Amino acid sequence: MSKMKALVCRECGKEYPTKAIHVCEMCFGPLEVKYNYDEIKKTISRKKIEDGPRSMWRYLDLLPVEGTNFVGPHAGFTPLVRAKNLGAYLGLDELYIKNDTVNHPTLSFKDRVVAVALTRARELGFETVACASTGNLANSVAAHAASANLHCYVFIPGDLEAAKVLGNLIYKPHVVEIEGNYDDVNRLCSEIAGEHGWAFVNINIRPYYAEGSKTLAFETVEQLGWKTPDQVVIPMASGSLLTKIWKGLHEMKALGLIDYVHTKINGAQAEGCSPISTAFKAGRDFFKPVKPQTIAKSLAIGNPADGYYALKATAESHGSMDMVTDEEVVEGIQLLAQTEGIFAETAGGVTIGVLKKLVKQGVIKKDEVTVAYVTGNGLKTQEAVIDSVGRPVRIQPSLVDFEKTFKMGKNGGGDA
Amino acid sequence: MSHLRFHIRFPEDKIREPIIYQIGREYNVVTDVRRADVRDTTGWADVELSGDTMEIERAVAGLRAKGCVVDPIELNVVE
Repeated sequence: MSKMKALVCRECGKEYPTKAIHVCEMCFGPLEVKYNYDEIKKTISRKKIEDGPRSMWRYLDLLPVEGTNFVGPHAGFTPLVRAKNLGAYLGLDELYIKNDTVNHPTLSFKDRVVAVALTRARELGFETVACASTGNLANSVAAHAASANLHCYVFIPGDLEAAKVLGNLIYKPHVVEIEGNYDDVNRLCSEIAGEHGWAFVNINIRPYYAEGSKTLAFETVEQLGWKTPDQVVIPMASGSLLTKIWKGLHEMKALGLIDYVHTKINGAQAEGCSPISTAFKAGRDFFKPVKPQTIAKSLAIGNPADGYYALKATAESHGSMDMVTDEEVVEGIQLLAQTEGIFAETAGGVTIGVLKKLVKQGVIKKDEVTVAYVTGNGLKTQEAVIDSVGRPVRIQPSLVDFEKTFKMGKNGGGDA
Repeated sequence: MSHLRFHIRFPEDKIREPIIYQIGREYNVVTDVRRADVRDTTGWADVELSGDTMEIERAVAGLRAKGCVVDPIELNVVE
């Protein structure tokens, strides 16, 4: 019996075969993967996982693919860093950073979801994969497609920065710049996905794609010694990552890998694009779409597909949400870099900024085991911090000038 | 004949107007509401529009002219 039971509508519960479909024909609700947990339970164990590959594929039993011919075999199993310096700064005894800035191959958590999506797409017989993206997703799809010899189309807005376009072109996909605003790009991609027999990773392959995010929950638990954290802080764009971490924790409990889930799920957004956090703070169970205006471009989704479900998961966990200004995003990036030596992209700045706020508010307490998810590498968004990091100290090529500049005596010491 | 699915969000000041009905009358499209949530100050509907592609385009433009926000059924797919 297959470990995948069906695709199931998240709204009405109607079940569908595990093909490349994503919307319920009855109510137009989104579909997600339903597993045969009773079957999986017969073979899964901590030992089996620990003996698996040092990648996210060690959790194969809980991922929606049938074989082992993986696209992206090295994705995941990134470090869970004990952040003693940042913890001390914030007043937390046990803080960890789940560091997906070093995820393989394109340095963001998207490598997890894309590896699952393309593996499944290939299993379903697709030869062409596609995505609509302004950054990390496009990089990851293009890189994985290149390694898997799949045809690849990447659709981007016509006004995307040159550096981000380059990050796609290097893998030689078909990069299609669409004239028009975000909404125009968005709508065209949905229509192309409906008309062409391609695997659009975040449209018709989305039920499989999204499942890759669960591996962040699985790894966190395993790396904590098979314990769940008390608190987690998760950046939100579509909201999918947050809902899948919540789902992943509950799957581990359902399969007996952990005894209970007591984790509080906290969501983080930038003020300039915070439809989900705003709804949460207003006590609403629905969000109002916004026009994004923030430096945290990787989180700039104004009408998030999983926003409703993120609100639900956070409420179920008794967690919280908050948002930070662009200035606080930059401060967050710098704080993480200067305390832990981790250079995160703007989404990481959002996570750290909100973490700081939640500690200050007393939502996260000193003795709680806390994990902050840092999902992308700072080298991708250097423009966000370029005006905030200062300049090098310039000296003449002489020892005297060096020592004078740094006020050093014969025994060293001093500072500029 | 095309069938396109949209998530339509209504402006607060027009929550009580029969906008979907109006669109079906003003344009040569069939409107099929599958899911909706209408409250005092907010409202949305997941709708399939069927008809000639150009006529659907005109109907969508008409919805936007009435102040509605019209997105694909998947909402934002550019990540």
